[in-house]
Amino acid sequence: MNAPLASTALAAKDFKSDYKPVWCPGCGDYSVLTAVTKALASLNLRPENVAVVSGIGCSSRIPAYTTCYGFHGVHGRSLPAGTGLKVARPDLTVLVASGDGDGYSIGGNHFLHACRRNVDLTYIVMDNHVYGMTKGQPSPTTEPDWSSKLAPGGTGVREFHPLVIALASGANFIARAFSGDPNGAAALIAEAVRHPGFSFIEVLSPCVTFRPEQRGWKESARPAPVAHTDDPARAARRLMTDDGFNIGVLYKGNRAPYAGLATAASHSVADLEAGFRLQER
Amino acid sequence: MAKPAQSAADEEAYAEFMSRAYTMELEAVERYAQFADQLDTHNNREVAQLFRKLSEIETLHAKRILAEMRWPSLPALPAAFAWDSFEAPETAPFDTVHYLMRPYHALEIALRCELQAQKYYEEIAAGTAPRRVKLAAKEMAAEEAEHVALIREWMKKVPQPAPGWDEDPDPPQIND
Repeated sequence: MNAPLASTALAAKDFKSDYKPVWCPGCGDYSVLTAVTKALASLNLRPENVAVVSGIGCSSRIPAYTTCYGFHGVHGRSLPAGTGLKVARPDLTVLVASGDGDGYSIGGNHFLHACRRNVDLTYIVMDNHVYGMTKGQPSPTTEPDWSSKLAPGGTGVREFHPLVIALASGANFIARAFSGDPNGAAALIAEAVRHPGFSFIEVLSPCVTFRPEQRGWKESARPAPVAHTDDPARAARRLMTDDGFNIGVLYKGNRAPYAGLATAASHSVADLEAGFRLQER
Repeated sequence: MAKPAQSAADEEAYAEFMSRAYTMELEAVERYAQFADQLDTHNNREVAQLFRKLSEIETLHAKRILAEMRWPSLPALPAAFAWDSFEAPETAPFDTVHYLMRPYHALEIALRCELQAQKYYEEIAAGTAPRRVKLAAKEMAAEEAEHVALIREWMKKVPQPAPGWDEDPDPPQIND
């Protein structure tokens, strides 16, 4: 084995901004930030060629903690913003970040259609099965019997299965990562960025404040026992027996990504400005 | 470190072993620094300072490996290795910190990590690796044992947390 060599490529730390995250100590999102920055470094990208777009919630603070272009958008609307950006600037690497509340509830509809459109971007959802920022309401992935002060006895509502929805809706790359495995998560994110089309990664990212029992996820998460498939039917069968803790790539499809409009836009930026100009009466 | 004459394959195995050791140290450096930042942000300066010190100590260990191997200083972590668990034996689990934790807790975390590192090296030293790797692993295990003893001494000088150390009259999870 050769000695590791010093490289002129950027390191993970070059993708971290000077803003220190304000997540709770022990939050899984710290590891997701580490994984994202390691992935970008491993892909030999530069911050000025990457955009991180998010919605609202604890996880959606992530753009500010990177040195990439960032857009901290409207609740549940990270995917429309990211999609628009990628279509307008296909040269950029676009990462869209969200949480289970932002991404599956408020932005649930956008999730389905982003999978269907298959625009070439990477969607990272930090899933902790709770709305943490707004103090512990059940989210779409919360177990029906999770009892809390805000949902005594649990919601009784069946939880949402993000990987099933992504597969059924046409996502071209589907994976699950765990924040307790930041190197593994970084490798999955890098693989997702490389794969053409809409790539979806669910990251199990414990909320130690509202769901302290999720510390136990360390014991449950394990590498998926089988390699990924490009057959949606086979992927669907695997999901039938998935307990939510298999880590790795589930599905890598071959569908061509959205290619943009057949004709170039006929409007310039000046035309747009003119359209918004206030008219004198 | 002892350097008996070895075959090219043994040299390669030794370099890989040292690269793993270096990765272990760097991951520990990174995690302790991350904990220090987290606790700084949450105004637990005392524990933040302790984690910063632990990070500095691990940095010294990493530098020693670089010097030993005559490798250049690396700006980034090398490619991840497959460990027995998700992270390297000396890396503290990301969720072991608490915003009200006391220095004693931080030392407990460090002690667990050092014990795991010691066990990791002891297993290699007792295994079937080439002689040079086994010798190096034995030395590393002895060093980790020293660290374990130092941390145990350190823990004697730090007050044990009083019961209820994590009670917060205005906790973040209150929602009424």
